[in-house]
Amino acid sequence: MATMVEQTVQIISNERDTDLYFRLVVRAPAIAPLVQPGQFAHVRVLPMKEALLRRPFSIFQAAGDTFSILYKTVGKGTEAISRMRPGKELSAIGPLGHGFTVPKSGGETPLLVAGGYGMAALYLLAERSPQKGIVFVGGRRRVDILCEAEFRALGWDVRASTEDGSAGEKGMVTEPLLKELRRSSAGRKLFACGPTPMLKAVGKIAEEFRVPAELSMDEHMCCGVGVCLTCVIPIKAGDGWEYQRSCTEGPVFDAGRIAWEGMR
Amino acid sequence: MSRQLPIVNEMNLSVHIGKLKLHNPVMVASGTFGYGVEYSELIDLNQLGAVVVKGIRIEPVRGNPTPRTVEVASGLINAIGLQGPGVEGFIKKYWPFLKGLKVPTIINIWGTTLEEYAEAARRFDALGSVGALELNVSCPNVKEGGAHFGTDVKLLAQVVSACRKATKLPLITKLSPNIVSIAPYARAAEDAGSDALSIMNSYPAMAIDIETRRPKLANITGGLTGPCIKPIAVKLVWEAANAVKIPIVGMGGIQNAADAIEFMMAGATAVAVGTANFYEPQTALNVIAGIREFLQRHNLEGVQELTGSVRVK
Repeated sequence: MATMVEQTVQIISNERDTDLYFRLVVRAPAIAPLVQPGQFAHVRVLPMKEALLRRPFSIFQAAGDTFSILYKTVGKGTEAISRMRPGKELSAIGPLGHGFTVPKSGGETPLLVAGGYGMAALYLLAERSPQKGIVFVGGRRRVDILCEAEFRALGWDVRASTEDGSAGEKGMVTEPLLKELRRSSAGRKLFACGPTPMLKAVGKIAEEFRVPAELSMDEHMCCGVGVCLTCVIPIKAGDGWEYQRSCTEGPVFDAGRIAWEGMR
Repeated sequence: MSRQLPIVNEMNLSVHIGKLKLHNPVMVASGTFGYGVEYSELIDLNQLGAVVVKGIRIEPVRGNPTPRTVEVASGLINAIGLQGPGVEGFIKKYWPFLKGLKVPTIINIWGTTLEEYAEAARRFDALGSVGALELNVSCPNVKEGGAHFGTDVKLLAQVVSACRKATKLPLITKLSPNIVSIAPYARAAEDAGSDALSIMNSYPAMAIDIETRRPKLANITGGLTGPCIKPIAVKLVWEAANAVKIPIVGMGGIQNAADAIEFMMAGATAVAVGTANFYEPQTALNVIAGIREFLQRHNLEGVQELTGSVRVK
């Protein structure tokens, strides 16, 4: 059975969420049913001379023959996508990558940690986990706190924090996480997606509290299928480390396997 | 009287690279297609002329720090640093899949010394059923070897000779564009026993983030590929084709059949799709279909009628 497919997908909706964040829903009957939590789609915008390459996006939601992404306009590619109206087409390859391990009923309690649009990569995990837990969501400002309501609707406990204090607790997302783990860490497992410094901090916390953690790495990508070796991160091997591909061996890695000393 | 429209079949598309016969002239460029298996769910590899794998050295190679690639207008700059599993790692991990394909595998090899090149050539010769070896003497992103051998005519001749002595497999020498004139390099490779040339490798390049004033690549500089280099590559193919008799595999920014046909008219016998694989994995197959259609439309009986057919007078 195929694990990945390239197909032309049609835009169903493409709406602004907050600030620079957008939600794109596409009809992708060959891709959507294959999606596992934490996987991504590699999307090609109109052929543009300034942006030839595909852009990787975590798959936010998948239902029936559609999937959606939650993206931030950060450059030429995402700006071009944000201007596309329903009915227009994109090319997508997906689902790609090694995703999260879905918690088992009666297993560890999942604690999700998200920075900004990292929330998008965690939604399917929360939806498909038989075990509900806590979502720690952080950002710089209120507008960076995304899809809180959706996680609540799934019955999860959402704890927001912002660096400027405009929503939830003031401070970094790792502070309420630390507080919670100090209260109780046994039988809990962390799942995180966000900027690399946040992931590194979560990795350290997991080590300190001896809880397992899976991190979805946000690396710059090019081919998305494992050939170009752009998105490599250092993974412990033997006495040292070797580069492995975020697009293929990842984007989700067990935190304990990442050789942070090899990261730039 | 008008000619009858020929029935275009696979035979019309077939070409020879030394003693290696390809059922069509469209391959993929080393470093843009991994070891084939990665794309096997997205395209039918057996429709390609050949699969060309990423450069392999005797020993495993970790490669450069990240960031390793940066997108620029109509192109990509990369400084991967030839990360790879080494000869034995490749044979163990990837060869069982590749040898099961109906189309030939061309193995790109490189080394930091002449002996390393020859050793890799010997090892792959012993493997049996390898289609050809492509000698990478032109990677701009490794400190030793790579371009070092490709920008010195004497060293280039020595590398090709050393490999020629080590194997009977067809040898394709991949030339660097970072030279004043390509003709002496093309001739040196031909005289030293190369069966064909690949033209061109990436062009040395650099990009800077003006906000941080930092280079966009950890390696500071890299190699430019993609549509923006195509005219440079076409010119180099044309010059080399006028200097040698051996076949040339043209590459550099091919996105469609028209690009491939342009390379062939400049003098290429075959072509390779490179960076376009990264954004459109179907490119090589679309190029094959487009060449077939072009032959039909122009009443041509085979791709050899395209090679070197540019009218310069």
